[in-house]
Amino acid sequence: MKVDRTELTWWERLYLPTLLNGFKVTLRHFFSWKRSEVYGDKQKGYAAKTTMQYPEEKWDVPTGYRGAPYLVKDVDDKTKCVSCQLCEFVCPPRAIRITPPGDSGVVDREGAEKMPKEFEIDMLRCIYCGFCQEVCPEEAIFLLEDYAITGETREELVYDMEKLLALGGADKRAYDHHVQDGVGEGIKKWETKTREAGEQPKFH
Amino acid sequence: MLASITELVSEPWVLTLLKVVAVFAVVMPMVAYSVVAERRISAWIQDRVGPNRVGIPFTNIKLLGLGQPLADGLKSLVKEDFTPAHVRKAFYWMAPALVLVPSFVVLAVVPFGSMLGAQKMVIADLDVGILFTFGIVSLGVYGIVLAGYGSNSKYPFLGGIRATAQMISYEIAMGMAVVPVFMLVGDLNLSAVIDYQASGAWLVFKQPIAFAIFLIAIFAETNRLPFDLPESETELVAGYNTEYSSMRFALFFMGEYAAMIAGSALMVVLFCGGWTLPLGDFFNTPAQSLGQGLVHIGVFIAKIAMFLCLMIWIRWMLPRFRYDQLMNIGWKRFLPASLANIILTATVLWVLHS
Repeated sequence: MKVDRTELTWWERLYLPTLLNGFKVTLRHFFSWKRSEVYGDKQKGYAAKTTMQYPEEKWDVPTGYRGAPYLVKDVDDKTKCVSCQLCEFVCPPRAIRITPPGDSGVVDREGAEKMPKEFEIDMLRCIYCGFCQEVCPEEAIFLLEDYAITGETREELVYDMEKLLALGGADKRAYDHHVQDGVGEGIKKWETKTREAGEQPKFH
Repeated sequence: MLASITELVSEPWVLTLLKVVAVFAVVMPMVAYSVVAERRISAWIQDRVGPNRVGIPFTNIKLLGLGQPLADGLKSLVKEDFTPAHVRKAFYWMAPALVLVPSFVVLAVVPFGSMLGAQKMVIADLDVGILFTFGIVSLGVYGIVLAGYGSNSKYPFLGGIRATAQMISYEIAMGMAVVPVFMLVGDLNLSAVIDYQASGAWLVFKQPIAFAIFLIAIFAETNRLPFDLPESETELVAGYNTEYSSMRFALFFMGEYAAMIAGSALMVVLFCGGWTLPLGDFFNTPAQSLGQGLVHIGVFIAKIAMFLCLMIWIRWMLPRFRYDQLMNIGWKRFLPASLANIILTATVLWVLHS
């Protein structure tokens, strides 16, 4: 195959026009301190160039982002998890370990039969797949927006129930969402899922 | 005691040693900070910020990132120095040193100031200064070729081959370009070149073609973009230094910047008046006082810094030449142009003197 090359003029072959153009472009960028529009209004005092000064400035986490999985509480500040252990079973890297309450189970809210004695997530093993959130019938575990999980020891990165609940906080959002959907008070995710499954077209 | 010290200091070899140490003490930080300058300037040209965090260690003082060389140096030193099993060890170990040494040796003949006390500010005031320089500069290619050969793998080898061809081609154009300078000056001693420029116009105005060719040839000699074919990271991974890590890699890196400083120093001496400035006798005559001598050294370093900035700027401006274009420019344009320049200069001199 023959590639037709553009015939350059004598002036162009001197490389001088490109050289001058290069000077122009680089100088323009060198002295341009304008903030890139990528970051929108996230200026926070670093209104120069496009670099985000990371630990001081952080990007907006998009909706649906899968960060670290945390346990959430309901609006009454009660534990939502009922220790069904579905997340533990579904977890591909086996990062979740639930210690069930056994016979001596105490619950802190009505409508729950039991709550876990201990709930641990090894953040070093977690792959942020979101299966736990998907499988949870009580909507008790969510992949929230934290993406920078750091620690100095391995033990430190195994988060226990207390820490997970504190980090997850009260999940007002999911609760409101369900009230709006008309599912009613309390979380009955399986009802939604069953309804959704029933709405799927049948092929046989 | 005091008398014996003054006696010792007036010994010629002690003075030379002092000058060597002083030059080394100035050039090494310049190498370190030209790396920082490279990173900051490239960042600004690309709308980034560049390294701005490292300041004084163990404090929160950031100093615009001027502590970066410390961090870089420490990192290079503590990294694992890995020698691949397949390399030819003697050449592999020798190459980084061979890259770094010639650049420093060149600086020995460069007059970096006029006088300081009764001392001429040049380590070795050779009468064959420029010939010596060209001899040593050519040695720089051996380090790269040996690195390419000793690494015993494809990409470094290709880089080494390119380095040989490129540096030899541009060596010739560079040598030819400075011939008219010495036809005008009538002396090969670099101090004499500066004296000539102190009494008249700088040679960059008398020999613009020679200056342009020399400038571009220096880019090719120091393997800087747009002529960084031996390294060309987009095609050859990292060219001749692909197999290197840790401090050996850092030596190549330092060698490149030391070569830039040596090249800039040569350009300043040959074409831009060395330590002189056309601003009256204070800047144009050899220093009488200590302060004046230091000002002259400062002027010289400032001029070098300007050339370094230009080289860095060009690197982030132009894309790499194709190999055939590189050879084309070297042999078909610069060599004839420099030869024509010699003839032109000779004709003008002949007409003026007859």
